[in-house]
Amino acid sequence: MLRACLRGANATARNNFGKTRLTNLQHCRHYTAGETSGGGAAKVVAAGLVTVGGGIGGTILYAKWDNKFRAAVENNVPYSDWLLGLALGPPSPKSGLPIKKQEYKDCHEHQDTSVTAAVHPDTESPTATEPLKERPVEEVAAILAQQDQEEQDIATCSLEESLTSSAKATLQAIGAQEAALQAITRHTLKLKEAMEAEVPPQEKSAQWKDLEAALADRTGAVNDAETALSKANEALDSLKSVIDKSKGLKVSAVRPLVLAAEENLHNMVVDLDKVVTKVHSAESEAKIVSQYSELVNEAKQQFQREVSSLTPEIQANWKGLTGKLSSDDLNALIAHAHRRIDQLNRELAEQRVREQIHIDAALEQQKLEDQKALEKAVSTALQHIKEEARLEQERKLSELREVMEAEMRTQLRRQAAAHTDHVRDVLKVQEQELRVDAEQVLSSKMLEQETRYRQLSQEQLDNFTLDMNTAYARLKGMEEAIDSHVVAEEEARKAHQLWLSVEALNYTLKTANADIPTVPLEGAAQAVRDSCHDSDFALALSSALPEESLHRGVYSEASLRARFNSLRSLARRVALIDESHNSLYQYFLSYLQAALLFEEKQEAPPAQLCSEDLDPFKLLSYASYCLEHGDLELAAKLVNQLRGEARRVVEDWLTEARLTLETRQVVSLLSAYANAVGLGTTQAP
Amino acid sequence: MSEKELGKKWDRCLADSAIKLGTGLGLGIVFSVLFFKRHTWPISFGSGVGLGMAYANCQNDLRSHYLQHRSKKVTHT
Repeated sequence: MLRACLRGANATARNNFGKTRLTNLQHCRHYTAGETSGGGAAKVVAAGLVTVGGGIGGTILYAKWDNKFRAAVENNVPYSDWLLGLALGPPSPKSGLPIKKQEYKDCHEHQDTSVTAAVHPDTESPTATEPLKERPVEEVAAILAQQDQEEQDIATCSLEESLTSSAKATLQAIGAQEAALQAITRHTLKLKEAMEAEVPPQEKSAQWKDLEAALADRTGAVNDAETALSKANEALDSLKSVIDKSKGLKVSAVRPLVLAAEENLHNMVVDLDKVVTKVHSAESEAKIVSQYSELVNEAKQQFQREVSSLTPEIQANWKGLTGKLSSDDLNALIAHAHRRIDQLNRELAEQRVREQIHIDAALEQQKLEDQKALEKAVSTALQHIKEEARLEQERKLSELREVMEAEMRTQLRRQAAAHTDHVRDVLKVQEQELRVDAEQVLSSKMLEQETRYRQLSQEQLDNFTLDMNTAYARLKGMEEAIDSHVVAEEEARKAHQLWLSVEALNYTLKTANADIPTVPLEGAAQAVRDSCHDSDFALALSSALPEESLHRGVYSEASLRARFNSLRSLARRVALIDESHNSLYQYFLSYLQAALLFEEKQEAPPAQLCSEDLDPFKLLSYASYCLEHGDLELAAKLVNQLRGEARRVVEDWLTEARLTLETRQVVSLLSAYANAVGLGTTQAP
Repeated sequence: MSEKELGKKWDRCLADSAIKLGTGLGLGIVFSVLFFKRHTWPISFGSGVGLGMAYANCQNDLRSHYLQHRSKKVTHT
């Protein structure tokens, strides 16, 4: 919140910054005359400036302290980065581990060299893999060689690296050890000097100081030597591990390098050991000297204690005793000195007595120590010699191995050649045998397959013929059934057609109106004739139709009946006229008869006509009766019995009646025939 | 139509008799007037002649079928 407010204040301040200055100046210019108002305005202006300056300064200070705030301000407020850069300098980086980066840089440089060495083979190998498919063997060998080269390079690099590092470390250690040695010797010398030299006390203190300094040096040097030694050991261990690893790589070309590295390692180890032994000896000497110095100090202390116990009032530093001591003290001192001398003499005698024992013991100790040292030296020498022998052996081994490998290679080559020849011959023979066998088997199998195939095909053929026959028979049967069906249907159709045409013909008979005959039956008759090509009977019948009916049509029974009724009176009037009686007088008489004679209008005709029935009047009444009862045929027959003029009068009617009767007969016959045929063709359900 | 023949004959007959009678009468009258000094006997003679001729024609016409002209069909049965 505070920051936001500050930022806002800054922003507004900056926005107004430029303007306010000008306006302030302007204000100042304007208000120079009026001081009080100018003063008030100036106060306001000053307060504003102070606030703005304070805000900006606070922001800058806080940005200096807090980088995140600075970044936030730079992000949000424009031109603040310029201002902050002016005020504080460029922003510091966020990481707080520069040293380690430096170290990593060094390491990376090392690794880069090795990596660059390894990269080259890598770049080479992809180009090598592309033509791999064309010539695999050579390229594979090349790739393998390259891989070996890579490994070798890596190994050599690592070896060299570790060699150099271990060499450095070893040198460092050796140097440190030598320095330590020198320091120790210096210290020892100083100590000896301090012990034995008789120098004035001032220099003594300086000497002691030097001694202390030397001691400090010695300890420091010894520590440094120890650290350097440990580092060198580490480096040597790493080198050993690298050597082992590179021994693990089965690349022959690395071996001499490995051998050389091992030799170097051995030399370094040897040097280091020598220096270490030197340092140890110096240390032991220094120990002896220090022990001696300690003993001396102890003796001195003892003596001083004794002296002080004797003369307690004397000061601690007995060198300042000259001139301060009294005779008693001197006597006491001399007595004490005599006693001390006696004691020492006694001790000396004892010591001489026990000299031998001490010497023996010392000798024993010395022997032991010598033994130990000898053993140690022997062991180290043994180790070194072993190491040398091993290295020698390895060298010899590698040489021998190379020689053996070359020989082995030639032998193998010879063997391989012999083997290939032998294998070729054997393969040829085998191939022949196998071929013969295979061909035999093949031929037998083929024969079998052929026979089986023939059998199967024959079977198939037989089956097929059977099926075909059955199918054919069925087909034939079906065809026949269909044909018969077709024929039957055709017949039925024809019959139907015939029936239809006959019905049409029948219908045309009904088209007669009151006095108009039917339509000419020609069309219908033609239709009938068309629909009965194959039936002679029907053809005969249809041709039996009278011409008049075909061309002109026939009259209906009703019209004939009506006509007859009108005819009847006429026929009655001319009843007496015939060939012989045909004068006018006869006509008059016949008319008179017709007027005077009364007969029954309709009289049922008898089954047989006798001569009395041939009377025209009687005949006409019979005919009327028949007509009234729909029997045109009988009426026509009866009318046919008329003679003379009456006959001539009814002639036309008779022909018409005959026509009608004929037509009707034919049509009814045809209809019956069509019905019969239709019935015949209709299939019973 | 055979039944109309008789009617036609009678029509002819009557027409003819009328004509003949008339003509006879007329001629009779004419002759009587012209030549026979208005006697009645030419009139009756003429009408008689006319009537007779008409009667004869009529009869001939009516029995023409039964006479020798065999061009027409004679139907007896």
